[in-house]
Amino acid sequence: MTTPLLEVRNLRVEFPTRRGKLVALDDISFDIAPGEILGVVGESGAGKSLTGAAIIGLLDPPGHVAAGEIRFDGRRIDNLPYEEMRKVRGRQIGAVFQDPLTSLNPLYTVGRQLVETIRTHLPVSADEARRRAIKLLQETGIPAAEARIDQYPHQFSGGMRQRVVIALALAAEPKLIVADEPTTALDVSIQAQIISLLRRLCKEHGAAVMLVTHDMGVIAETCDRVAVMYAGRIAEIGPVHDVIHAPAHPYTVGLMGSIPAMDEDRERLLQIDGAMPRLTAIPAGCAFNPRCPKVFDRCRVERPDLLPAGATRAACWLHAPSLREAA
Amino acid sequence: MSAMAGAAAPLVEVHDLAKTFDVSAPWLNRVVERKPRQFVHAVDGVSFSIQRGKTLALVGESGCGKSTVARLLVGLYAPTKGRVEFDGTDTATTFRSKQALALRRRMQMIFQDPYASLNPRWKVADIVGEPLKEHGLLSGKSATHGDKREMKAKVAQLLQSVGLAAADVEKFPHQFSGGQRQRISIARALATQPEFLVCDEPTSALDVSVQAQVLNIMKDLQRKQGLTYLFISHNLAVVRHVSDQVGVMYLGRVVELADKADLFARPRHPYTRMLLDAIPDIHMSGRARTPVQGEVPNPLNPPSGCSFHPRCPHANERCKLERPALKMCGGALIACHAVEEGRI
Repeated sequence: MTTPLLEVRNLRVEFPTRRGKLVALDDISFDIAPGEILGVVGESGAGKSLTGAAIIGLLDPPGHVAAGEIRFDGRRIDNLPYEEMRKVRGRQIGAVFQDPLTSLNPLYTVGRQLVETIRTHLPVSADEARRRAIKLLQETGIPAAEARIDQYPHQFSGGMRQRVVIALALAAEPKLIVADEPTTALDVSIQAQIISLLRRLCKEHGAAVMLVTHDMGVIAETCDRVAVMYAGRIAEIGPVHDVIHAPAHPYTVGLMGSIPAMDEDRERLLQIDGAMPRLTAIPAGCAFNPRCPKVFDRCRVERPDLLPAGATRAACWLHAPSLREAA
Repeated sequence: MSAMAGAAAPLVEVHDLAKTFDVSAPWLNRVVERKPRQFVHAVDGVSFSIQRGKTLALVGESGCGKSTVARLLVGLYAPTKGRVEFDGTDTATTFRSKQALALRRRMQMIFQDPYASLNPRWKVADIVGEPLKEHGLLSGKSATHGDKREMKAKVAQLLQSVGLAAADVEKFPHQFSGGQRQRISIARALATQPEFLVCDEPTSALDVSVQAQVLNIMKDLQRKQGLTYLFISHNLAVVRHVSDQVGVMYLGRVVELADKADLFARPRHPYTRMLLDAIPDIHMSGRARTPVQGEVPNPLNPPSGCSFHPRCPHANERCKLERPALKMCGGALIACHAVEEGRI
């Protein structure tokens, strides 16, 4: 196996508050191989965006990495000083955020923002940077790129803006792109265009992607592997096909069952009762145990780590070796 | 159109409904800069009917006018043209007459954002109880002490019907999660025992597992109380789950109107096909898909002829010039020259 591009080990993110510290992410471990697309899926508040923010070093204070480490290309990046991290961000790790309007500066032309990004990270002349910027815009499918490069973000539609943001993320040829809900603000027909664009460009540029989304359909279409998050932890991680067709964690089973399908008729959707716990009240043992249909005594006391479960790994005691031998 | 031509008269009938918004620059700017007046045809000649106890879903991308249709139906907007008939009476005239309150009692609306549609300073008892008071559905005349107790009991009952606890009447909206808030909205809509519910993207702000809970409740209520729904959504998978009939809208017009099974099995209009192709395939069945092209044009300046022609792979000269009418084609209503001529 090749060495992973990104290694996250036992990552823990805490937010100190007046009433004690909130553990927003706990014991997160995963790898991303070069060129691989890893999906991170979960419901609001599961910690998926926070995982992305921790990797690109953009945790909002007072949130901070309290334990564990993040290695990029073998080098530890979670404890880099701010200025050092700035050089990694953009150059090594690009970012695409949900709302294309807020991630572009409305006062600068698209071209100026692209040229600035390119020249910050790469030693090229202004003319060369502009040529590259036009080429990037063309690659992202913006018609008449030579003319549009001198326009302002408000002159672009939502889908076109997201193309510009992707061009910006790719400007310095990063090895990893963290895309946080890149299609959530877009209409379905545009969403499909952006997803296939992101996929194609990352393949062409050899960039790996960490795709954060709540849309299982987008994950199924795009990713090689997927991590399902619940209440600040990874519930299940494995190849996309296996997680979707043979989920091992009861939460993943419920999540998949609650999505209305396009190819089968069901009178009722599978329903997970209740809601994800607040960070202030995460239950003891497995965080999913109060909602879990298969809960047993051990789940209420002891917290499961990721255990091998078929082709995937799931944080669930149903897959504990002792239980399987007994069964 | 088998379902529509049924024996019983439909509960809701919409004829050639249109709504135009004036988005002109201020008078001074128009004079100084010689700008013309500008209008957006948000809804442009929409007709459909909904049978009692059935669900019609309207789908389309942002700006296609589906929410405007919802607001026109419940009387939040007055139509520019056309009319809405509810149980045989014209709603526009009724809303202006003394019978307005009686009509409003029979139709209610559920909004998209449960964070914006509940007053944060009111307790749930007051939020859900307001329609009871407004429509005089409590035995006493004013909100005296006895009434308040009766109101709370009724609200508790309503909350239980949507799967919340009776004790929740004393809570404020911020004490609930998004899914629970949407249940409160549903309870409020049900307070007047309406026959017709207009649901404008009721689950778009919710997570999938919570969405499943809300959709299940809505279907259960329909079965138990015989409710009629107009369900607005941009999510085709959700529409497929809840609806009996589906209308696909594009730039203010219905381009295809068909029974659910028919529409999803045999989409005919090129735009419907495109929308269906754009949905990410969760089961990775390897279904062949044509790439979607282009974006929705600016509704201020819609294309000539068929408004979909710049994105349509089957467009020809006629499509650029002549606007297709909604016509019966093999069991569904389609507005497309290519389908009509049998080119696709």
